[in-house]
Order: sequence, then structure tokens, then C-alpha cells
Amino acid sequence: MHLPHLIGIEGLDREQITTLLDTAEEMSHVQERELKKLPALRGRTIVNMFFEDSTRTKMSFDLAAKRLSADTMAFSGKGSSTSKGESLRDTMLTVAAMGVDGFVIRHSASGAPKLAMDWTGLPVVNAGDGMHEHPTQALLDAFAMRRRLGNLEGRHVAIVGDLFHSRVVRSNLICLRELGADVTLVAPATLLPTGVRDWPGAAGVTVTDDLDAVLPHVDALMMLRVQRERMSGGFFPSEADYVAGWGLTRERLRRLPDHAVVAHPGPMNRGLEIAPEAADAARSLILDQVAAGVSVRMAVLFHVFAGEGSRS
Amino acid sequence: MSTPTPSTGPILITGADLLGRGRADLLLRDGVIAEVGEGIDAPDARVLDATGLVALPGLVDVHTHLREPGREDTETIASGARAAAAGGYTAVMAMPNTTPVTDSASDADWVYLKGLQAPHADVFPVGAVTKDLAGTELAELGLMARSRAGVRMFSDDGHCVHDPVLMRRALEYVTAFGGVIAQHAQDPQLAPRASCCDEGPWSGRLGLPGWPAVAEESIIGRDIMLTKLTGSRLHVCHVSTAGSVELIRRAKADGLDVTAEVTPHHLALTVDLLESYDSAYKVNPPLRTPDDVEALRAGLADGTIDVVGTDHAPHGLHDKQHDFTVAAFGMLGLETALSVVSTYLVQPGRMTWADVAQAMSVRPAAIAGLTGHGRPLAPGEPANITLVDPTREITVDREATQSRSRNQPWHGRTLTGAVVTTILRGTPTLLDGRVVDLGAAPDTIEVPA
Repeated sequence: MHLPHLIGIEGLDREQITTLLDTAEEMSHVQERELKKLPALRGRTIVNMFFEDSTRTKMSFDLAAKRLSADTMAFSGKGSSTSKGESLRDTMLTVAAMGVDGFVIRHSASGAPKLAMDWTGLPVVNAGDGMHEHPTQALLDAFAMRRRLGNLEGRHVAIVGDLFHSRVVRSNLICLRELGADVTLVAPATLLPTGVRDWPGAAGVTVTDDLDAVLPHVDALMMLRVQRERMSGGFFPSEADYVAGWGLTRERLRRLPDHAVVAHPGPMNRGLEIAPEAADAARSLILDQVAAGVSVRMAVLFHVFAGEGSRS
Repeated sequence: MSTPTPSTGPILITGADLLGRGRADLLLRDGVIAEVGEGIDAPDARVLDATGLVALPGLVDVHTHLREPGREDTETIASGARAAAAGGYTAVMAMPNTTPVTDSASDADWVYLKGLQAPHADVFPVGAVTKDLAGTELAELGLMARSRAGVRMFSDDGHCVHDPVLMRRALEYVTAFGGVIAQHAQDPQLAPRASCCDEGPWSGRLGLPGWPAVAEESIIGRDIMLTKLTGSRLHVCHVSTAGSVELIRRAKADGLDVTAEVTPHHLALTVDLLESYDSAYKVNPPLRTPDDVEALRAGLADGTIDVVGTDHAPHGLHDKQHDFTVAAFGMLGLETALSVVSTYLVQPGRMTWADVAQAMSVRPAAIAGLTGHGRPLAPGEPANITLVDPTREITVDREATQSRSRNQPWHGRTLTGAVVTTILRGTPTLLDGRVVDLGAAPDTIEVPA
């Protein structure tokens, strides 16, 4: 399977997602070897363009590329929030002119990776854009859940937290629905994503503000980060007020079914959206997710950059 | 208000369909319509065969952004006037958000005098409502009204006059000289500056900051109440939502002096185009849903929305070639407006050419207080005439423009109905689809585009 790019989960079908997860499974076995390197991308140059701080995602992509023997370069810089200074277009064209094979892009502006691909004509893997998508995060979440729960068909996943500002929820929702999981979104109305029922791929999603009603029926609970700064925007009145309604507290942890797992894409606000006891519980997938990140990104880079036609 | 235009000899337009109501000849002499009738004999006149063409009074745009002074690299008063002529316009109202802002009598006169030197169209300044468009103190509305420019229309367009007390005072103050406040309805808290996508499934899906309909409708609702309170005149710029149309419909039913405008792009383009993240589709207010588009078409057709205003907003490539959230807001509009209205309202039978004359000439001139435009095609009236081929198909090419900018959202699209000839006080400014060389406007700053 060759993917021309990975701008989003939107547009991928179940077979493509499953192939990516299966490839990631193979990549994870490579990581258990003494020699963890494959020659698949030898001679290819992939540039990590991170216009927004993200140490862990950047490290994960860098390691994934190196384990596939790609040459990597890193660009760090603040994405401009004005039209002054060098434009994103000029930056991308400049780096493309160096003769690289493609990009991994993180940017604070939704759509920036797609435009970078349009401008340069080179393959792009989206490492998170604005409030739009974060496709490798959704794939690694699905990978980690699939390992613990088996096939996700018919499984019930609840996604809880700041769904409005999250790029993760868009990718996750589409990915999980494509894999046949039932998805419930849980948040106060101020933090629900706009028009979510009408998103493509989101058909059948359940939306509620009642976490307690959902808890006993989930196979997986995905807690999303809630930024404390959102309080000033009036999205919720106080930490205590938020925790009372939507925090995964010790009490709520006990009401989960025995087999249910807890995921969080990190970085966590312990004590806000997730209690320390939940983060460190045996049912927590949080470190599995990090480990899965490298395998999944190896799989993505492999399918985008390896083989014939990767530059076409 | 008269502009000296190069005198041309008499012109005899033959066989034109006047407002789509029947064929007649028009004899133009000394800048006015000398005679209207069948088989006019004028041996000294140059004959323009208008068989198959519809004759409209010269179009008037109440909402144009020329970038002079300040950004002459993207548009000048002269280049904007040429674009106007190419689009069938004989008069345009230049919005005040230039550098400096048109917020004093001398600024207004500067634009007015500069406009007199642009031979392709009459250009009149719109004055700012507040100093420097800052929304805190009234600009010198009375002095602008008393200036040579005789400003009657005031707008902070690009910014909303958000302070309700200031808006009330502005409405009250302009009653002294029959002025009108043209409001850019955007609550700056419900839709802050970063808002760039209609709030709804598309903003959620694309992860773009939402611009909710209520941010427009709540300001329109408030301003309608202030208009009732003050007995003044309100004009609502670029109405974009179905809810706004309904509010204006009710205000009119209540007998208030409220008028409204819709842009060509809001009559046809929809939010789903943002899926491309192409900044050509970034505009304020944003492209809305198909339901909104339908309500706007219905509102224009039934007269709830009085006029089509282009919101012609030239921008340099370097202001547009950015990610969507950073790129400049705005689209070109002067050269394509008539074709858009023809395609989406006249062709489907929702508006007649007489309706188009109302919405694109007669009513805009009345709202802006222009006495020499938007007049009937009758003897003694100014010879401002636009000839339209109602069936000609055009494919829009952003490079084929009189504007100094290229931010053309209609690029590559095919439209039905095209302006063929524009005549300003008896002088053709556009002839058979070509802009007439009337000599460079003197004293125009030539900045490389």
C-alpha cells in the first residue's frame, strides 16, 4: 500500500487504517530486536518542520525515521501568527529546494500541512495542525487500544474533555468509527466541537454531557487535556467545577468495568482531567500509547515514503 | 457632482432592450440622453449596434475598497475605476479604510479630487464613522458632509461600530444632513478578529475559528432598534445570514429606514470551498451555508435586500499567500458582479433586468445620495448606460483584470451574462468588452504593482 500523504484520517478507509496498524505491529517487533534499524528508507531525506513546540511528537517522528534509515533534518521555528516575516510558503519552498523527499509538519494553523503539500508538491505527514487533525495520534491510540482490547469492532470508546480545541478528537473520532467502534463524546456544551454530528465519518456518534451515565458502559475511556487557560475564556468556571462534572476522579475510576482501559494523549494535567490514581493504574494505556507512537509513525513513514512512486 | 470626462461625439445606440422591457434606440448627446425611441435618425452620431443587448442605467457600487492612499501596489483610485468600468459600473463608493483613514474633510476631499481625475468612473468617498476606525470617538461627520465631497454615507467597514452609545450618536448626528450609517455588523467578542469560517460543521471539521451567524444578527437587531429610536437611516453592509435577512424584512415591515446589501460572493459561494484552505475564499463575513445563500437570493429577489454591493477588496499576493488563518480577508468583485447576478438570479428567472437595474443602479445611487446616477433611461437624464449581453458565457481569468490585484475567487468558473459596454456621461469607458483608453489619470502615483 502506498499513501501519497497523510494529511488526516478523514479520507482513509478501514482497509488503509487496518493496514497501517498491521504494519505498525510489525514495526513494533523490530523494536524488540537488538538491532532496531530497517533499511526501508535508506537514501531518503525527511524534514521535520515543527512550527509549534512539541518535544515528544518531534522525538517520536525523528526516532521513527531513523529506525527506517532515513536521513532526517529538523526545522524549528515559531509559526508566524501574522503576515509579517517570512511566510510559511517561502519557508516550505526554500527547504523543498534543497532536494528533500518530504515533510513531517506540525503547525498552529489548521490546514498548513495541506497547503505545504500543495505548494511544494512533496508528500507531507501531518504531525498536528491547529484544531484540525492529528492523524498519527489517532492511529497510535487505536493501536494501543487494539492491543489491549482486540478488534475494536463494536467496542465502546468515550472521549472526554476539551473536544472543542482538540485536534486529536477529530482524527480519533473518524478513525474509531471507521474501525467499527461506538464513540461517545462527553464534554460540557462549551467544549463540544461545532457541528460534530454532521462531520463526514462521524455518523452514529453519541454526544452527551453526562460522564457518570457513560462510565459503566465503556471499553475505553479517552481523557483529553484541558488547558487551565481556557477558564479565562469562560469555557468552565473553575477547576473544581470542571472536575466535578468531567474529571476522571478516583471514584469514577472505580465505576469503570473491570476490563476497561484509560487512555490520554498527554501531556496530562494530573488532578484536573485525570486523577493520579487513574493515570498510574494498571488499566492505564498512557505509556503504551507513547511506545505505540514510534511504531505507528514508522508505519506511516514507510507507507508514504517507501517504494515506487513515493515522489510522484 | 460632475466629473469632466473627455468629450466624445454623439452616440446612437440601436436596438437595445431597455431594462429587458422592450427595444428602442438611445441617442446620447452632450453627456445626456437626448432621445429615446424607435428608428432615431442621427447622421452625425457614431452607431453602437446593441441588438441582443440589454441596456441598464450605469451600475453603482455602494461598497468598494480602493487602496489609495496607502496601498497603491494593490489598487489605485484610477485602476479601481478601470475595474469598475470593466464591470459595468459608472460610480463607486470608496470605503474609508485606507492609510490614512478617510475620517476628515480634507481626507474626503483628497479622495474626491483624486476621483475626479480618474476618467473611467465616478469615485466618491465614504467617510469613517469613528476617528481612525478605532470605534471610540466620532469622526468629523458634519465637516465631511460639508466638504466638496459632500459625504453622505459613513462606515467603519472592516470594523463594527460596536459601542451602542457611539452607534446611537452617529445615527442621531447624521440626521442633520440626511446621512446614512453603513454598518459592518460583527460583534467583536462573538466573532473576534481571528474568526474566519462560518461557525458550524465546517468550522469544526476544518478546525478553523468560527464566525457565528449570531455575531452578525445581534448587531443588526440592536441597530434596527437604534434606528427606530433615532429615526435615522441605517444601511447594513454585506448581509450574510438567513437570520439577518429575516431581521431586515421585519424592520422594513415596521416602516424603518433600513437598507441592506449583499455581495456577489455571498449569493453563490459557500463555506465548503474552505476545505481547500485556499485563501482566495477567505472573506469577511465568511462564506456561509447553502441555506444562507438561498435566503440571500430570496431576499434580493423580493427587495428585502436592496442592493448588490461588491465589497471589492484587492489584496497583494503576498498578503494572501499564507496559511488560511493569517491570510488577508477579501475578494475582488467589481468586474464579475453583474455576471454573478445574471447567472444566479436572472438566468433562473428570479429577477428581471428591471430588478437588476434597481438593485445595482437605482437603489445604490439613492442610498449613497448620488443624484447623477441610477437615473431612468429617459431624455434629459445623464447618459450613464451599461450594455449587457445576457447570454454570453465567460470563463473568469484572474489575470484578465483591470485591478492591480489577483485575488479572484471566480477564477476558472463559467458565468452567463457579461457587460459589453459601459458609458459614463456619453463617453464609452468600456466598448465591446475592452476598457477604453481615456489617457492616464494625471497626478496618479505610479507604484509598481
